[in-house]
Amino acid sequence: MNSKNTATIGYGLLLLALIAAPFLGAYPVFVMKLMCFALFASAFNLLLGYTGLLSFGHAAFLGGAAYVAGHAIKVWGLTPEVGLLLGTAGGALLGLLFGWLAIRRQGIYFSMITLALAQMLFFACLQAPFTGGEDGLQGVPRGKLFGLIDLQSDLVMYYVALVIVVAAFLLIVRTIHSPFGQVLKGIKENEPRAISLGYDTHRFKLLAFVLSAALAGLAGSLKTLVLGFATLSDVHWTASGQVILMTLVGGLGTLSGPLIGSAVVVLLENKIGEFGNLLAALTSVEWFKTLGESVTMVTGLIFVICVLAFRRGIMGEIIAWLAQRRAGSSAKH
Amino acid sequence: MWPSDLNSLHLLLPPMEIFGVSLPGLLSQLLLGLVNGSFYAILSLGLAVIFGLLNVINFAHGALFMTGALLTWMAMNYFGINYWLMLVLAPLVVGLFGVLIERLLLRWIYKLDHLYGLLLTLGLTLLIEGVFRSIYGVSGLGYDTPELLEGATNLGFMIMPNYRAWVVVASVVVCIGTWYVIEKTKLGAYLRAGTENPRLVEAFGINVPVMVTLTYAFGAALAAFAGVLAAPVYQVTPLMGQNLIIVVFAVVVIGGMGSIMGSILTGLGLGVIEGFTKVFYPEASSTVVFVIMVIVLLIRPAGLFGKEK
Repeated sequence: MNSKNTATIGYGLLLLALIAAPFLGAYPVFVMKLMCFALFASAFNLLLGYTGLLSFGHAAFLGGAAYVAGHAIKVWGLTPEVGLLLGTAGGALLGLLFGWLAIRRQGIYFSMITLALAQMLFFACLQAPFTGGEDGLQGVPRGKLFGLIDLQSDLVMYYVALVIVVAAFLLIVRTIHSPFGQVLKGIKENEPRAISLGYDTHRFKLLAFVLSAALAGLAGSLKTLVLGFATLSDVHWTASGQVILMTLVGGLGTLSGPLIGSAVVVLLENKIGEFGNLLAALTSVEWFKTLGESVTMVTGLIFVICVLAFRRGIMGEIIAWLAQRRAGSSAKH
Repeated sequence: MWPSDLNSLHLLLPPMEIFGVSLPGLLSQLLLGLVNGSFYAILSLGLAVIFGLLNVINFAHGALFMTGALLTWMAMNYFGINYWLMLVLAPLVVGLFGVLIERLLLRWIYKLDHLYGLLLTLGLTLLIEGVFRSIYGVSGLGYDTPELLEGATNLGFMIMPNYRAWVVVASVVVCIGTWYVIEKTKLGAYLRAGTENPRLVEAFGINVPVMVTLTYAFGAALAAFAGVLAAPVYQVTPLMGQNLIIVVFAVVVIGGMGSIMGSILTGLGLGVIEGFTKVFYPEASSTVVFVIMVIVLLIRPAGLFGKEK
């Protein structure tokens, strides 16, 4: 069995599991939240894993688009699909602006500039009247898709969200395997060589940045539609840090990595309190009970461990292990 | 003698107005801007020195700054150790902590892409802040101004809170001292040579790994020193370094990390601009540094004093 088949079977099983999830007792809203973060991380990975650009400001696209979509649906009374489109366009536009500015500098400066720009947007959102300040934008109605399909039911919303996320993921897969995606990989491996081959690397990087921002915007808009609110925490820099962690834990530059990584990180953040209580019961160390309030501490620890010892991430390790085994077995024959 | 609220002090002086803002009010905001600028200067200086030799952007700088401030608070509340002693002790303790960080963690990633240095120190930041947060929560802890520097001095044209003046003077002295050591002494020459070509410096018999460790420790100690200075000015909280470090990143992008004096001047200058913004257009005071960063990127992408690295 070759690696392509293994991957196809894996994705097939994942899709089946997602289709069946609401009937297997999973809480649809929680799975939808997971899917939004999976899309967010995949969009981010398109930039870091495949183009080699570490954006430290992706929260701006997630949170900014969430406000745009929420405002369009709630205040302007537009239908959900138009809201999603406007949110995505908002993400793309912000991406164009940020990318255009940040690509002027290389490497680590690029990361610092994107972080600073995102922080600027955070302060703007904190003060702007339409974001609702610290309370956020509450009570965004789901409405009717195309004016026909009522999204009030979680189950209907779930399948609509699933279709959107799968379509966006396929777009990412297609992009990576396209000639455009190959050029991006070339830029990541060796930018001077890509330039010497005649590629306008600035334009390619900017395009990748805008695409990644647009998809992050889609994730943010969808999240607003699902949960019915947009908050400051989505524009805060910690959300940018979170998406880096998701991608790193799952595996940089692997398609499936961000999916796994986002699930691990979101589950960890939601379940760590219970896990702490369990540990406290097992070891009778009272301190473990406070683990639920120390999510940042655990997140930080995972970051440090990943960077020092686990840079390939979960999927990266699995893929490397499979490849090694295959190489071993083909050597025997 | 003086009203306790320092912000109303200017009411005691005869009104003088510039653009509709009273001169003493303007000057007191200027001083406050210089205080912020001093922290920007010390922190961006430390970032630049560390980046020069280690090629690591130390995201943990804000957390180390916070650790300095929190240690000062803890020393006062648990052991009754006063401010002046902590001005020496906190940088020492945090410097030692820096030695540990460099020896145990950073050492392993020098050969990797820059981005791993940023990610590792980001993780470290979350870890340090998380630990203190689980103990002290997120509400601010007050720290009294040391007795010697309480009150204010009437300069005739403005009333100057003593402590704020002290922060500016102490920071400038430390910054200039650092500049002098790096640019004018033999030790500094080794350091600069190490930044250019560590292998060659090693060939001359200098122990570069020790130099790297000490450089990181020194940067950490600088951040802690700023933290001690900040304890009576800002509310001490486990999150006090977070927003500061992002502004300092913008300062570093504006100034460029190539020049020590450039970092100092950019830091102080931006603090002053921020102070003026607070007077004339308060809504923009939290974003003005970022706006300036955008303008600099448009006009001089390499930064004011920068050479692209």
